[in-house]
Amino acid sequence: MNVEKTVNPKLVVRDLNFYYGAERALKDINLTIPEKMVTAFIGPSGCGKSTMLRTFNRMYELYPKQKATGEVLLDGENILDKKQDLNTLRAKIGMVFQKPTPFPMSIYDNIAFGAKLYENLSRHDMDERVEWALRKAALWTEAKDKLKQSGTGLSGGQQQRLCIARAIAVKPQILLLDEPTSALDPISTAHIEKLIDELKAEFTIIIVTHNMQQAARVSDYTAYMYLGDLIEFGDTSTVFTNPKRKETEDYITGRFG
Amino acid sequence: MLTLYARRRLINAIGLGISALAMLFGLIWLSWILWTLLANGLPQLSMAVLTQMTPPPNSAGGLLNAIAGSLMMTFLAALIGTPIGILAGTYLAEFGQRGWLAPTTRFINDVLLSAPSIVIGLFIYEMYVIKIGHFSGWAGALALSILVIPIVIRTTENMLRLVPNTLREAAAALGAPQWKVINLVTLRAARAGIITGVLLAVARISGETAPLLFTSLNNQFWSSDMNQPMANLPVVIFQFAMSPYQDWQSLAWAGALLITFSVLSLNIMARVLFRQKSTTY
Repeated sequence: MNVEKTVNPKLVVRDLNFYYGAERALKDINLTIPEKMVTAFIGPSGCGKSTMLRTFNRMYELYPKQKATGEVLLDGENILDKKQDLNTLRAKIGMVFQKPTPFPMSIYDNIAFGAKLYENLSRHDMDERVEWALRKAALWTEAKDKLKQSGTGLSGGQQQRLCIARAIAVKPQILLLDEPTSALDPISTAHIEKLIDELKAEFTIIIVTHNMQQAARVSDYTAYMYLGDLIEFGDTSTVFTNPKRKETEDYITGRFG
Repeated sequence: MLTLYARRRLINAIGLGISALAMLFGLIWLSWILWTLLANGLPQLSMAVLTQMTPPPNSAGGLLNAIAGSLMMTFLAALIGTPIGILAGTYLAEFGQRGWLAPTTRFINDVLLSAPSIVIGLFIYEMYVIKIGHFSGWAGALALSILVIPIVIRTTENMLRLVPNTLREAAAALGAPQWKVINLVTLRAARAGIITGVLLAVARISGETAPLLFTSLNNQFWSSDMNQPMANLPVVIFQFAMSPYQDWQSLAWAGALLITFSVLSLNIMARVLFRQKSTTY
């Protein structure tokens, strides 16, 4: 697939361990996530793929008793460092969740919410930013006449695209997608997959998915995880057609999981 | 097979019958109370009730000073109690995950929530009325506000806990600091529920008699001076209903009807508001 493309490392994970209290959910993970490509994490429930995603923006810090050790280097800087400011980190690394989470405010305000936090945009610039984000998320034609209406009134698929628009409106460098289509119908899913393909021109995308076909369709690199271990990581076409490890093969051929 | 099914149907019918009877039993008293209230109170309602002051025995008059006093004290109590209740409830729901302060506060709040209101009246009497040397509207409002606080704390915390964590995570994931997440997202998502709680608290205190007996007491004349004893509906009803004078007893019925209907409409408002919330969210 994209093997010839020059690959720049965006996120480098070194000896990452994660604990829920005493339970170790990630075990000595080492991998390098390339810039402006789509990297997929697959694996059965409880394998740690969502946990991995939540260490990248340190979402776990919202909860007591969760902690990560090791290093996650974003352009060479360790984001797990105590000195790392959480809010600026999260402005750089956006996230979209499994269930759509529109805020209880208008569509316009939903998107302006994040953009307002770190930039002082004029009314005109904000209008442009909102339109830009909605166009990128393929929601502009459906939403342009109801920007003042509540975001909670949209359909599930539209709400999820609204959340993607809201995340990219902040202009992050990395976009984390945590099973973004698992609550959606096939048509909305197709919309979002097409979107992912377009967005990777500008953003580094990391997607967690239960759906192996989806991983095969949208990603350039795939990581297979099982019980907190990174079993295999590589070029998506290689992982799916010629996996090095027996466990990976069993999982993707459906003999397990 | 059939007999088992028949037995289940029978048990179901018996259970349903007992529940319906219990419901009917409860409803009878409620409708009896409302009926008596309407039958005795409705004929006494007139413009005079709303425009004239409480009269001396055996002469005509109204309840204007009591209505005004009740409104002022209730409003003031809500004004004092609501911000404290919402802030404390927000603390419990949003920051109360770690440490000992939140569980302790929650426990004390539960105690306060079920404290007899007469105890609160006595407390204000001891701490404020005795120090000042006389009964006053301020003392009444203060006692009522102590009743408002635990109710608002409880509903605010519960309503904020109903807001899914995914919403907090989504806001935090954009890089929003916690105070912005709370102010702009979670409090907004729980707004209808919190306002409902405030309305229910106001409904609760508007009928309270015991805490006012020791604090604002009563005033037979018009007074808008919060530093003086202040007339209010519950105490007037209490005093007039116990009196041997026909005019006073009639006014007590009218007052009881007024309170009941204002509490009823507050409750209905709260319900409508809460229903709207569940449709938008």
